[in-house]
Amino acid sequence: MLIGNFKETYADDEALFRTPASRAGLAVLLAAALVFPFVASDYLLYLADLVGIFAIAALGLNILTGYTGQISLGHAAFVGVGAYATAIAATRLGLPFWLSVPAGGLVACLAGAVVGLPSLRIKGLYLAIATLAAQVIFEWVFTNWTGVTGGIRGLNVEPAGLFGFAFDSDRRVYFLVFGLLALLAYGAANLFRTRVGRAFIAVRDRDISAELMGIDLFRTKIMAFMISSFYAGIAGGLWVYFARVVTPESFPLSLSIQFLAMIIVGGLGTIKGTLFGAVFVTLVPEGLRAVTQAATRLSPDAMSWLAPMKEIVFGAMIVGFLVFEPHGLAEIWSRVRRFFWLWPFPK
Amino acid sequence: MTVDEFLQLAVSGVVTGGIYALIAIGFVVVYKATGVINFATGELMMLGAFFGWTAMTVLELPFAAALVVAAAGAAGVGALVERVVLRPMLGQRPISVIMVTIGLSSVFKGLAQLLWGGEYRSFPPIFPRKPLELGPVILPSRQAWPFLIALAAIVALAAFFRFTRTGTAMRATADDQATAFGMGIDIRRVFSLSWILAAVTAALAGVVVGVIGGISPQLGAVGLRIFPVVILGGLDSIGGALVGGIVMGVLENLAGGYLDPLFPGAGVKEVAPFIALVLILMVRPWGLFGTREIERL
Repeated sequence: MLIGNFKETYADDEALFRTPASRAGLAVLLAAALVFPFVASDYLLYLADLVGIFAIAALGLNILTGYTGQISLGHAAFVGVGAYATAIAATRLGLPFWLSVPAGGLVACLAGAVVGLPSLRIKGLYLAIATLAAQVIFEWVFTNWTGVTGGIRGLNVEPAGLFGFAFDSDRRVYFLVFGLLALLAYGAANLFRTRVGRAFIAVRDRDISAELMGIDLFRTKIMAFMISSFYAGIAGGLWVYFARVVTPESFPLSLSIQFLAMIIVGGLGTIKGTLFGAVFVTLVPEGLRAVTQAATRLSPDAMSWLAPMKEIVFGAMIVGFLVFEPHGLAEIWSRVRRFFWLWPFPK
Repeated sequence: MTVDEFLQLAVSGVVTGGIYALIAIGFVVVYKATGVINFATGELMMLGAFFGWTAMTVLELPFAAALVVAAAGAAGVGALVERVVLRPMLGQRPISVIMVTIGLSSVFKGLAQLLWGGEYRSFPPIFPRKPLELGPVILPSRQAWPFLIALAAIVALAAFFRFTRTGTAMRATADDQATAFGMGIDIRRVFSLSWILAAVTAALAGVVVGVIGGISPQLGAVGLRIFPVVILGGLDSIGGALVGGIVMGVLENLAGGYLDPLFPGAGVKEVAPFIALVLILMVRPWGLFGTREIERL
């Protein structure tokens, strides 16, 4: 039983990982993440890359929606902007990946600032509809601005390379994705210990009182949109080097909804929850696939249920979490942790 | 482009717009009563269309009876959904309310695929073959009749709100919940009724759209098109939904007719209403007839 966790300096109190146990947990997690690509199968690595890229995008969405309270139904469009910008920087300008991916992030960041402009005038449900329109319009541009985006045929990109080492398999891309994920998750966690991040939270909790405390609402909201789409753009850039091709149908409205599902299932306004959510939402359909494959032994046409079952489970998951566990997996996690801390006493 | 072509585009735009208006009214009724933006509207349409289709092809009922079956089935779904899912969400953050309806739409889509399969189906021929001629404009009867059905449903709804006791109670609740509650109106019943009404209008619209173009579980995608409509009309205005529906129907048809030749293969029709939507939100977010309640900060 943990009876107390006493802090003797301000630095202790402000640390990101406050207890020896959580620091040890982090070390174990990082070690596991490093060993994983050497032991896992190709399929698992493919899934891991997908989870990592989605987690980066979902972190961005959680900064905007979970921490700042601005709903965005157009996050996939920003991922798409980042992906196209990266692909164009890599193919037309011949930039190496360590320049093209940040370039994608910056372009997405600018797109986010433009879409964020109306957030000063409208909020809540109206902002959701405005970002929905942005999603539809961006998708249309991806498909139809053929001179730049290559239309429905898309753009093909060479694998990323660094000092002659080519990131040409899912196993190698893994290091790229998870390196950036670690960096960006650390950045996001730190963001909310700064003035800017605190301002985001203040705007979410009550915009009027935030303004009375001297927070410039317009700048703060635009900043949230920009940081959020920067994360989306980086995820898009990684997607380019992961899939090696960008096509318009990779960034539909349903992907935006999937990102929202991740942060809701994981927990709005928590970094840890975002990571949980990205893993959970990406892996549940895979689990279903495994179950249906097993069920084909009982009934040969079981595979035809897979697509509808995925839809139903996805929807039921969102509804179920919102109704029964609105704080998401992060809350379940801390409940479990609390139980072990206090054991054998009840909470 | 000649005047005749313009009229042809405009009139078929009005036809599409009438159907948009019918869906939008259901959407607005729910928004007014409960403050929920219903992203599952399109899927309610799709379910209603499948109910109607099943009634006609499997049970071999006449079209009028199929409309009743579709409406009754959808009403059941609407009531169930309101009671089980939406009521616990009352007063929650907008993000939760939006996502819960999005989750529902996904469940509905999956259920429809399980029950009816994913393939495309069409209704048996229902209306007389002869097209309707309005001066220079020719309307195929499978567009004209659905439009008339949509119009009839809209008129019936308007009469319901204007003349019946329940309709008045619903308007009172939308105006001021607390006062309505104080006057002895059963607010919960109004919430439930508003979802039932939304489901019924969506189902009628779904059957109508299905008769025009066939149905599949993907039919619900049309539901996105009502956002420009309700924003133009004003989220909480029933008259606005009517006007917005028709304006957007005409707008997308004209945009398609005039701009498609400039952007070959681009489908301007699909995107034009959303560009209009962004402009409206920038200039006049409460729309033509909506309540100006948006705080400015």
